[in-house]
Amino acid sequence: MNYFPDEVIEHVFDFVTSHKDRNTISLVCKSWYKIERFSRQQVFIGNCYAINPERLLRRFPCFKSLTLKGKPHFADFNLVPHEWGGFVQPWIEALARGRVGLEELRLKRMVVTDESLELLSRSFASFKSLVLVSCEGFTTDGLASIAANCRHLQELDLQENEIDDHRGQWLSCFPDTCTTLVTLNFACLEGETNLVALERLVARSPNLKSLKLNRAVPLDALARLMLCAPQIVDLGVGSYENDPDSESYLKLKAAIKKCTSLRSLSGFLEAAPHCLSAFHPICHNLTSLNLSYAAEIHGSHLIKLIQHCKNLQRLWILDSIGDNGLEVVASTCKELQELRVFPCDLVGVGDTTVTEEGLVAISAGCPKLHSILYFCNQMTNAALIIVAKNCPNFIRFRLCILEPNKPDHETSQPLDEGFGAIVKACKSLRRLSVSGLLTDQVFYYIGMYANQLEMLSIAFAGDTDKGMLSVLNGCKKMRKLEIRDSPFGDKALLADVNKYETMRSLWMSSCEVTLSGCKRLAQKAPWLNVEIINENDNNRMEQNGHEGRQKVDKMYLYRTVVGTRMDVPPFVWIL
Amino acid sequence: MITELEMGKGESELELGLGLSLGGGTPAKIGKSGGGGAWGERGRLLTAKDFPSVGSKRAADSGSHAGASPPRSSSQVVGWPPIGSHRMNSLVNNQATRSAREEEEAGKKKVKDDESKDVTKKVNGKVQVGFIKVNMDGVAIGRKVDLNAHSYYENLAQTLEDMFFRTNPGTIGLTGQFTKPLRLLDGSSEFVLTYEDKEGDWMLVGDVPWRMFITSVKRLRVMKTSEANGLAVRHQERNERHRNQPV
Repeated sequence: MNYFPDEVIEHVFDFVTSHKDRNTISLVCKSWYKIERFSRQQVFIGNCYAINPERLLRRFPCFKSLTLKGKPHFADFNLVPHEWGGFVQPWIEALARGRVGLEELRLKRMVVTDESLELLSRSFASFKSLVLVSCEGFTTDGLASIAANCRHLQELDLQENEIDDHRGQWLSCFPDTCTTLVTLNFACLEGETNLVALERLVARSPNLKSLKLNRAVPLDALARLMLCAPQIVDLGVGSYENDPDSESYLKLKAAIKKCTSLRSLSGFLEAAPHCLSAFHPICHNLTSLNLSYAAEIHGSHLIKLIQHCKNLQRLWILDSIGDNGLEVVASTCKELQELRVFPCDLVGVGDTTVTEEGLVAISAGCPKLHSILYFCNQMTNAALIIVAKNCPNFIRFRLCILEPNKPDHETSQPLDEGFGAIVKACKSLRRLSVSGLLTDQVFYYIGMYANQLEMLSIAFAGDTDKGMLSVLNGCKKMRKLEIRDSPFGDKALLADVNKYETMRSLWMSSCEVTLSGCKRLAQKAPWLNVEIINENDNNRMEQNGHEGRQKVDKMYLYRTVVGTRMDVPPFVWIL
Repeated sequence: MITELEMGKGESELELGLGLSLGGGTPAKIGKSGGGGAWGERGRLLTAKDFPSVGSKRAADSGSHAGASPPRSSSQVVGWPPIGSHRMNSLVNNQATRSAREEEEAGKKKVKDDESKDVTKKVNGKVQVGFIKVNMDGVAIGRKVDLNAHSYYENLAQTLEDMFFRTNPGTIGLTGQFTKPLRLLDGSSEFVLTYEDKEGDWMLVGDVPWRMFITSVKRLRVMKTSEANGLAVRHQERNERHRNQPV
C-alpha cells in the first residue's frame, strides 16, 4: 500500500542508484517492483549468461545504461580459451531491435567485433559512453565507426583491451562537429597515432577531463596537447622520452604548470626518468598515480616524484620501488587508500623486489589504507599479524607470493596464522586472495571470520575437502569463488548444492573434481550451468570407460535463469 | 572426414599459456594451456600435480613443511603469477626494447647522462618478448607462439613446424599433412616463414640477428613460397652468402 502517488515514489527511487539497493527495493512489494522496474536507468549484469537480452528488456524497458561482464576472472591469466564465449553481438542486436534508448555500454571480458561496434554506433542516437575493459576481437576500424557515427559521444574508454591496430585514421573519423568528448582513453593501442587529428580533436573538446595516450604520442605532442587542455583532470602520458634541454621539454614544463586541475597521472609507457621533475610542481594535487606500466621509472627519480605526492589516495607501482621506496610512500602518502605493487621482473630474481617489510611499513604509515594488491617474493606470519593490527579496515586484501606453496620464510610454517589474523581483524573484508603455503586451517579461519567476504581466490592451497567446505559453509555472502591447483574434490563440490544459487559463479581448475561429480551436481541443480572446459579431445573422456573417475581439467559453474547457452564452442561441455 | 572433425574440435586460436622460461631453448613444455587432441605431444597444462615433491598435498603427506623439496619456480606454472596478459606483454616488451637499446648504445659507445646508470636491470643476458600471433596460409585458425621460449631461428622454426604440421605419430595436424621436415628457413619447401615488423613491413624471417628480430617482430606468417615473391630474392641472396662462407 502506498501513501504517495507512484510519481513521488519514483522520484524517491531516483536517488537510489546502486543496483544492489534497487534490487532490494524491488522486493518490498509488487507495487514497488513495478515502479522500480520502469524507472531503472542503469542495469548491471555480472554474468552475461545468467540472463538473456529478451528477459532484460521485458523487465527493464526504460534503461539507458548497461554493464555486462563475460568471461570468468581467470581468463585474465590465459586459463580460459579465447573462443569460450562472452559475445556482445546478440545483446546489441536485441537492444537495437527493442529500440532501447541506450546511452552507455560498459563491457568487461567480452568479445567485441567491429561488426558489433558498427551496429552499436548506428543504432542508438543518444549514445554517449563506451567503456571496454579487457575485451578483445575488434580493431581500430570498429573504433572508427564509433568516432564517425556517435554524434554525442562523451566517453571512449579503452582499458587493457586486445585491439588489432590497423594504423588507420580512426581519430580523424571524429567529425569536426564533435565537441562533446569528456573522456578519451586509447593507451592500450599499440600502433601509430595521427597526431594532427588528435590535437585538433583535443583542441575542440572543451569538456575533456580525461585523456590517456598511447606510446606513439611523443613528448612534444604531449606538450601541445596539455596546452590545448589545461582543464585536464586525468592524464595518461604515452611516450616520455626526451632531451631535458630541448625546447619541447621547456614547453612541457610550462604546460604542466597550467594544469592546475590535474589529479590523476598514469602511463609513462616509455620514459626517460630524469625528466619526471617537470611534473613536480603539480604533484601535491595528485590523488591517483599509476606507474605500473612505467618499467623505466625507478630508483631516485621515482622516490623524488613520490615525495612530492603528499595527497595521494591511490598508487599503482612496480616492485622495483623496493621496501625502501615503500617506506618513503609510508611516510609521505598519509592519505593513501589503495596500493597495488606489481612485479616488474618476470624472469629470475630482479635487483629489487618487495618483501614483507615493505608491506608492514605501508600498513604502519597509511591509516586510511583499505585496498591492497601486493606481489612479493616472501612473507611471514609475523608480518601479516602486524599488518592486521595496523589496518583493520581492509576491504580488499590480495597477496600474491610469487612462488607457489612458499612457507613463512623465517619459520617455514604455513601462512595460515597470518591470513587468519587478517580475516579476524578486518571485519569489512569483501575480497581476498591468498597465496604461499596454506593448509585447511586457513580456510577454517576464513569460514569462521570472513563474514562479509564476497570474492575469494585460491591457488595451490589446502589439504582436503574440509578446506573448501569451511569456506562454503561459513562465508554467507560469497559471490565469486575461484580455485586452481588445490586438492578439493567432489565431496566439497556436492555438499551443499543450493549454496551455488546464492553465488554468481564457481571456478575450479586442476583440482580433484571428477566428471561424475560434476554430472551429479548438474542433475541436482538444473538452474546451474555446469561447464566443463576441456581442450583435450572431448571424446577421449567418454570412451575411456573410467569416465566417472576422470578428473576434470576446468570447471566453471554459474546460476542462470535461461538455461544452457546457445553459443557453446566445441571444447566446452555443458552438463 | 576425420581431419575436419578434429579441426573442428575447438581448434580455433589456441592460446599458449603464460609460460616464462628462465632460459631459451625450452619450448612448449612450459605453459601450454591446451594440450590434447591434435596437439598431443606438444605439451599440456602443468599443474601442482606435475611436481609431486612440491604441492598442496605435501602438507598432508608429511608433518614438516621445512623446505623438503626444491622450490618450484613461479615461471613454470601456467597462468602464474596472476598478472593480466596485457600487463604481462607490456612489461616483457619493455625489457626487450630496453635491452636492445642498451646493446645499441654499448656498440656506439655513447654515454647518455645518468640514464644508463638508472637502467640497472639485468635481464639474464636474454631479451624477453611476449606471445605473438602466427598464421599460416590456407589454415583458418591462428596460433600464438612464445618468442620468449626460443633463442634462435631454427628453434622457432621447429616449434612452428610442430605446431602446424607435426603431431602425435599417426594423427593429423592442422593442415592434414603427415610429418615431413619442413625447412621453413631455407626456402627449399613449399612454405616460408615471414614476419610483420613494427613499421608494418613484411620480411623474411632470418635476415637480421635474432635479438633485433624479436624486438621488431609483431606477428608471424607461414607463407606459400610462391606468394613470397618480393621477399624471395633477398632470401636467395642470403643463401648465396651463407653457402660462400667458410665452414
